Amino acid sequence: MNPRWRQWLFIGLAAAVLVAAVFLPLLRRSVKRSARLQVQSEEQARRELLHPTIVNSSEPRVKTSLFWASPEQDGALAAVSVQMPLSNDPVLRAKQVLDTLLAGPVDADLRTLPPDAALLEFYLLPDGTGVADFSDPMATSLPSGIESEQMAVDSIARTLEANVPQVQRLKILIHGQEAETLAGHVDLTGTFVVNTKGAVASAAVAPEMLTPTSAPGKLSQPERKP
Amino acid sequence: MLHGVRNAAVFPFLAGVLVLLTCDPVQVGVNLTGFLIPPSHQAPSATAPASQTPGASQSGVPVRPTLTPPARPTLSVVVLDPAHGGTDPGARGGAGLHESDVVVALASNLRAALEKEGFQVIFTRQGNDNPSFDDRSALANAQSGAIFVSLHAGSTGLPGTVRVYTCPDAPGNLAAPGGLLPWNRAQAAFLTLSRKLADIAQGELAKQFKGSPNSAPTAAIRQLRSIAAPAIAVELSSVSVDDRSELDRMLPGVADAVARAIASFKPVYDSWPPGGGG
Ligand SMILES: [Zn+2]
Repeated sequence: MNPRWRQWLFIGLAAAVLVAAVFLPLLRRSVKRSARLQVQSEEQARRELLHPTIVNSSEPRVKTSLFWASPEQDGALAAVSVQMPLSNDPVLRAKQVLDTLLAGPVDADLRTLPPDAALLEFYLLPDGTGVADFSDPMATSLPSGIESEQMAVDSIARTLEANVPQVQRLKILIHGQEAETLAGHVDLTGTFVVNTKGAVASAAVAPEMLTPTSAPGKLSQPERKP
Repeated sequence: MLHGVRNAAVFPFLAGVLVLLTCDPVQVGVNLTGFLIPPSHQAPSATAPASQTPGASQSGVPVRPTLTPPARPTLSVVVLDPAHGGTDPGARGGAGLHESDVVVALASNLRAALEKEGFQVIFTRQGNDNPSFDDRSALANAQSGAIFVSLHAGSTGLPGTVRVYTCPDAPGNLAAPGGLLPWNRAQAAFLTLSRKLADIAQGELAKQFKGSPNSAPTAAIRQLRSIAAPAIAVELSSVSVDDRSELDRMLPGVADAVARAIASFKPVYDSWPPGGGG
């Protein structure tokens, strides 16, 4: 190889190294981004599989109250009103409101339930017991603690109370099984009172703001069968 | 299957004794093997009410048996429950903080504060073991003149605040036919006393830890449900702090406030029910 060719080859190789140095980080970033998108779309697909879209646009749009964490008061729940199509069938209606509750509020910091948890099934027994069966992340991804677990249960119970009057009490299952606790603290072996009318009165509490600290009577109280 | 007490609301002690006396012997056998307290901390056996002795004279001539009600115990024992442990770390913070470690540190602070007030202190777990909920309950229910305090550090809540919980009301008629109270609902008979203790403790804590609620909230806590004694759960916020020293700084203050509250509660317990009788 004559020196001239060698010179050209050297220049060509140097240019290739320069181009690679510029484009490699960009390439790596775009690979990372596409991997993230793939994870997101897998999560989305899993959610869609678990939640067949049951909102039917021909159903009447009604005012629906969803209970998430209060932006103003630590440890309290606050109702958020939305207009959405809701079925007249209590089981479908319960699934619709719980799916919306699981989807979370606009401000993710006010979530009461883990973002990766899903409602697997909802049953309504003739005695008014609503059985909500959630996927494993309801227990494994929920921040452990008395306050966080009780708020999770209360947000489910209060949302059902506000929108599905047929549900009198709530039984929570995790992946089809009875669990001893939700995430180490709150007892899931019994049922929780949902329809508090006629249960413990709590006249001092404004209906839109339920504070566990000031409204023990409005909390989801465990109830055990004799 | 009912394991129960009669008129449990009337005598905290009697109820504790009778829950044990009448519970499923197999289950109790299992629970008893889980006891982890050193012998020096064992309270007198709750299964032998000393005053119900059959009458018999020294000379061997039978005399008419006299049945006197068992002496009412006064509050002298605090069963401290550092929750979780072993394979269950409880709440976990971003900085690698585990609830199970924080509550052990809180328990040792509280033990010192309670012993200063003259109480005997029993732990439901030693070291990093993790007895079951029922083992912890069985240990507490075997004591007389005792209250139960479960210690927690949650993942949420305003950092630097403390909440004291009791079980919510148990709706409906709790008692089974015959007035028996099932073991797994033993706490129901003690809710009034538990609430009084929780309100005193929450009041003391709210004075010292700003942002804490003024009245004690309720929550369906599994551990408290089977305790046949006044029972509360204390939860600090939170393991989510960036620096463990923030939590460590709270511990002596929490311990002193809870110990003060228990000392203030003692006269309530000792004179319960109000008006005496029983
Ligand atoms: Zn805990």
